[in-house]
Amino acid sequence: MKTLFDKIWDAHVVKSVPDGPDVFYIDKHFIHEVTSPVAFLGIEKRGKKVRCPEKTIATPDHNVPTINQSEEIQDVLSRTQVEKLTENCNNHGIELHGLGSENHGIVHVIGPELGITQPGMTIVCGDSHTSTHGAFGAIAFGIGTSEIEMVFATQCIMQPKPKKMRITIDGELGMGVTSKDIILYIISQITTAGGTGYFVEYAGSAIKSLSMEARMTICNMSIEMGARGGMIAPDETTFEYLKGKKYAPKGAEWDAAIARWSELKTDEGAEFDVEYKYDASQIQPMVTYGTNPGMGIAVTGNIPTVEAAAGNAKTFTKSLDYMGFEAGESILGKKIDYVFIGSCTNGRIEDFRSVAKFVKGRQKANHVTAWLVPGSKEVERLCNSEGLTKIFEEAGFVLREPGCSACLAMNDDKIPVGKYAVSTSNRNFEGRQGPGARTILASPIMAAAAAITGNITDPRSL
Amino acid sequence: MAFDKFINLKDTCVPLPIENVDTDQIIPARFLKAIERKGFGDNLFRDWRYNSDGSPKEDFVLNNPKYSGRILVGGKNFGSGSSREHAAWSVYDYGFRVVISSFFADIFKGNSLNIGILPVQVSEEFLQKIFTAVFEDAKTEIAVDIDAQTVTIVATGEYESFDLNAYKKDCLKNGFDDIDYLLNSSDEIEEFEKQHNV
Repeated sequence: MKTLFDKIWDAHVVKSVPDGPDVFYIDKHFIHEVTSPVAFLGIEKRGKKVRCPEKTIATPDHNVPTINQSEEIQDVLSRTQVEKLTENCNNHGIELHGLGSENHGIVHVIGPELGITQPGMTIVCGDSHTSTHGAFGAIAFGIGTSEIEMVFATQCIMQPKPKKMRITIDGELGMGVTSKDIILYIISQITTAGGTGYFVEYAGSAIKSLSMEARMTICNMSIEMGARGGMIAPDETTFEYLKGKKYAPKGAEWDAAIARWSELKTDEGAEFDVEYKYDASQIQPMVTYGTNPGMGIAVTGNIPTVEAAAGNAKTFTKSLDYMGFEAGESILGKKIDYVFIGSCTNGRIEDFRSVAKFVKGRQKANHVTAWLVPGSKEVERLCNSEGLTKIFEEAGFVLREPGCSACLAMNDDKIPVGKYAVSTSNRNFEGRQGPGARTILASPIMAAAAAITGNITDPRSL
Repeated sequence: MAFDKFINLKDTCVPLPIENVDTDQIIPARFLKAIERKGFGDNLFRDWRYNSDGSPKEDFVLNNPKYSGRILVGGKNFGSGSSREHAAWSVYDYGFRVVISSFFADIFKGNSLNIGILPVQVSEEFLQKIFTAVFEDAKTEIAVDIDAQTVTIVATGEYESFDLNAYKKDCLKNGFDDIDYLLNSSDEIEEFEKQHNV
C-alpha cells in the first residue's frame, strides 16, 4: 500500500546513495531569468550543454515590468537578466516564452495553461512556488541554483525523500470562502514551519469540489508552512482541465495517459507520518496580520494577544510593530493604501472573474492604488475577450501586463514605505513588496472588497 | 560550484535571536539581479542592516563591532520562504561557514550544504544556552567538529551532537559538489531513462 507521493517518488529514483539522498529524475524543468544565469555559467565552465533541452521550458517573469512591455526594459540590471535568459535559451536550444510573446507569463501559470504540467510528473524550478504544479498530482518543488545546474547537466538532483503529511478537508465551504482562505487557514493552524520536512497530500470532499485553478492556489502555498510541496490526486476535474491543452497528449496517447493517471491515488490504508483533518464549514474568509503567512486570522477575528500567540514573544511583538498593529485588536476597518491582485497564487482567469463579478457596478475607493496583474498573456486575453477589462475600467481599475510584479517587487511595482497593501500573493514578509511595505494576504474577493471600501472589509457584508 | 573544504573550526559567533528569519530578510529580492555569483555578502540582511539612505543601523548585530566570527547563530526556523540560493551565497560571501539554529527551513538547509555552509541544528535549549553565553560575553567561542558531529561552548565544555548524513559530510570535507557525483552516474541515468515513461 502506497501513497500517491510514494508512487511518483519511487518511480523517479535512479538510485539511492547509502546514508545519503536519492538520485532523483526530473521530467520537467521550468526556468526563469533570476535563478538560472549562474547555473548556466556553471555548466558552461564544465564545458557541458543542457542535457535535455526538450524537458526544459523558460519564461522571464520575476523581473519584468508590467507596463509598456513592448518597449525596452528601462532598468539595466533587469534588462540584462532577461536578455541573458534569451541568450542562454538560444545557446542551449531551450523553448522560451519571451516577454510579449503569445504564451508569456508567470512560470507557474503558463505551465498548467499550456498543458506542460501533467499528473505523475516530477517538476522542479528555481522558485519555491513550484509546488503549484502539485495540483495535478505531480511531485513539484522549488530548488536552488546549484540544483538547477544539476538538472541542466544530468536531468537529476540529489534529494532525501521527505516525510509524508495528509491534510483532509471535508464538508462544504461557506459563502465568500475561497481556496485561498482554506490554505491561509491551514497555515494559521500548522504554523509557518509546521510542514517543514514533509510533502503534503491535500484530500477530502472540500478539496475534491475545487476547480483546478483553486487547487493550484492551495498547492502553491504549501511552502508557506515549510512543506517542500503539496499535491492533490488527479481526477475528472484534472483530466477535463488538461484535455485539448497545447502540450497535453492527443488521440490514443490521451487515452493511455488517462488510464495511467487514473492509478495515481493513495491506496486505502497507506500510512502518512502525520495527518490533519479540518471541517470546511469552520473556515472563514481569512487575512494575515503579521509578517509570516502563518499569522492569519478570520477577517472578523481579533489579532492574538502576546500570551496567545505561537512562538516567541519578542518575534511576535517585532512583527506587530512592523505592521503597526496592536495585539488583541480587531482588523476589520483598518485603512489600506494599495491592493495587489495577481501572482502565481491568485493571478489566473478565475481570480479575475471573481474580482470582476465583485466590483461590477461599484467604484474603487479614491485613496486606494490598485494593481491588477494577470498571470499570463492568456489570462490578459481572456480578461479582454470576456469583457472583464471593461468592468475593471468602469470601476476605476487598470489591468496591467503579466509578471510576478508586486508579489516580490523586483521590478518597479513596489509598495512604498509604511503603506498597507492587501495582496492576493503568498508572502507577507517584512519588505517583501518593497522596503518598509506592510502586506496583508487575502483572497481576490477580499482584496476587491478592500479596494472598494478602502479598508479591511468582510466581503460577505457587501 | 565547487567550494572550500570544510575544516573544523573554533570561533566567536554572531547572534541573531529572531525566529522565522526568511530569505527575503537574508537578501531582499531587489538584490537578485546579478547574472554572476559575486558580492552578495554586501547586501546580507540589507534592510535590517542599513537605513534607506545606506547608513548602517547601529542596533543591528552585524554593525556591532563586539560580534564577529564565522558562525551565525539564528532563531528557530531559519531561512524560510523563497528558494533563492542567493541567500546562502550572501551568508557564505559575508564570511560565515556555519549557521546554528534550532530549526532550519528545508530549501535553505539544502542550498547551504550545496555551497559549503554547514547548517548545525541543535535543541532549542542548547540554542538558548549559546545565546545566553554570547550575550554575557561576546568573546564566547563555539567549536564545531564535523567528524564527531558536535558543537561545543568552549568555555563550559557543554556540547550537543548534530545530524549530518554521511554523503553530505564527505562532500563538505572534500569540497565536492553533487554535480560531480551525478556526472559520474551518467550510465545509470541513461539506463533509467530507457525504462522511464512519463
